[in-house]
Amino acid sequence: MKDFGFTINKDRQIDMDTADMRVAEYVKTHEPSFNICIACGTCTATCSAGIFTDMNLRKLFTLVKRGEIANTRTEIAKCMLCGKCSLACPRGVNTRNVIVKINQALIKFSL
Amino acid sequence: MKVEGKQAIWKEYQKDIAGDKYFYVRSCVRQNFFPGSETTFLRIMREELGKDIYEHPCHTTCTGIGYHGDVVPLDTMMTVVARQFALMTEAGYQNLVPSCITSFGIYTEVLDTWHHFPEVEAKVREYLRKATGREFKIPQNLAHASDLIYKFRKEIAQNAKFKLVDKETGKPLKVVDHIGCHYSKMFPEKGVGGAEYPYVLAGMIEDWGGEVIDYPERRHCCGFGFRQYLVQANRGYSVACSHKKFESMEPYKPDMILTNCPGCPMFLDKWQYAIAEMEGKTYGKDGYGIPVLTYEELAGMVLGYDPWDLGLQVHQVSCEPLLDRIGIKYDPLKKYNDKNGVSLGVPEKPSVMKVS
Repeated sequence: MKDFGFTINKDRQIDMDTADMRVAEYVKTHEPSFNICIACGTCTATCSAGIFTDMNLRKLFTLVKRGEIANTRTEIAKCMLCGKCSLACPRGVNTRNVIVKINQALIKFSL
Repeated sequence: MKVEGKQAIWKEYQKDIAGDKYFYVRSCVRQNFFPGSETTFLRIMREELGKDIYEHPCHTTCTGIGYHGDVVPLDTMMTVVARQFALMTEAGYQNLVPSCITSFGIYTEVLDTWHHFPEVEAKVREYLRKATGREFKIPQNLAHASDLIYKFRKEIAQNAKFKLVDKETGKPLKVVDHIGCHYSKMFPEKGVGGAEYPYVLAGMIEDWGGEVIDYPERRHCCGFGFRQYLVQANRGYSVACSHKKFESMEPYKPDMILTNCPGCPMFLDKWQYAIAEMEGKTYGKDGYGIPVLTYEELAGMVLGYDPWDLGLQVHQVSCEPLLDRIGIKYDPLKKYNDKNGVSLGVPEKPSVMKVS
């Protein structure tokens, strides 16, 4: 195959008909405050783990809501469950528990 | 369903296209990409339709590529456009016809800007006066060259030697159209059918015997997008756009792609080669690609012009299988000859995509 110095970029279109929404649905059922997250990023800004790693709670929540869960296990492993994000959240989302529920869902669905 | 109601609504999607006396401005890149298209357009307008269409030898690029590539400032672009208007005014014409969709978008954008901000127009007039001593009038009518072919599509159909029909089966050829983003996505009311139902190419296909194929990514960008291609690091994004369209149209097995813009046939044609080389995949029948034609080439084809006069030999995807299906005669030995019959040399064959 010829090398043109570039390749075909991967399509970033998300097909909601085929996306795996099991984790998102589980978290929404067991921690309903997940539904009212406005993805403002306050949790990410205040995250202790984010100082030492590339932990990004806002990105993680967005990806879970889109059904893009390929790297979720690696991402939540960076969380220390300190709960500072929950204190800072302007919407009152129990972000700490969202992480716990995501972990439960990953175990439940063997993901 | 009340047909009258539908017709009344459809009237709102039409545009005013002048009937004669046009000032033609060429595309800067098109003469290299598909050199036969503009010559064919002028031939059709003058010889088939008997229209007065004039092109000034001193007209230039509209600077659209530089403007959208962020290297030409807005004021410079508007002053160059004002100079084109000045050439038109001096030549005694009032109806401007750009060959290029980007130019059409640029002229539309400039006229709209001047309409809303007369002080900007006054400033540009001053720039032009200082730079060249020229004055200009605003064009009375601005129509893209495809608008003219669309307007006269029924006359072309009457003079046509061929129809877009498979000569063996008698069935209409399946054609996908690609109108070009700057035709009616920026100023919907300036395009036939607006941004919702662009009809400029579909109208030609239907009147010349073909079948218009709708597919999910029909209105997706071809992948040119200026900086998407002009910056090499971004080209993966450019080819991804074309790739998305090909994947989307593939299940409908189109016989050809009809395009409106200088960039679109270039990218839809050449990226088929690049995708074949990168992924080993081709989208046409039997390892060939899907032929990509400009509307002038298609008009010339149905009118029975020699395919090599139309410039079909410079296409990356071979057009011969399409010509064979319609029944258009051509001489393969003359494919790479110049006007005097001297061979220009035969290009290297791709390693994956089949070519004639």
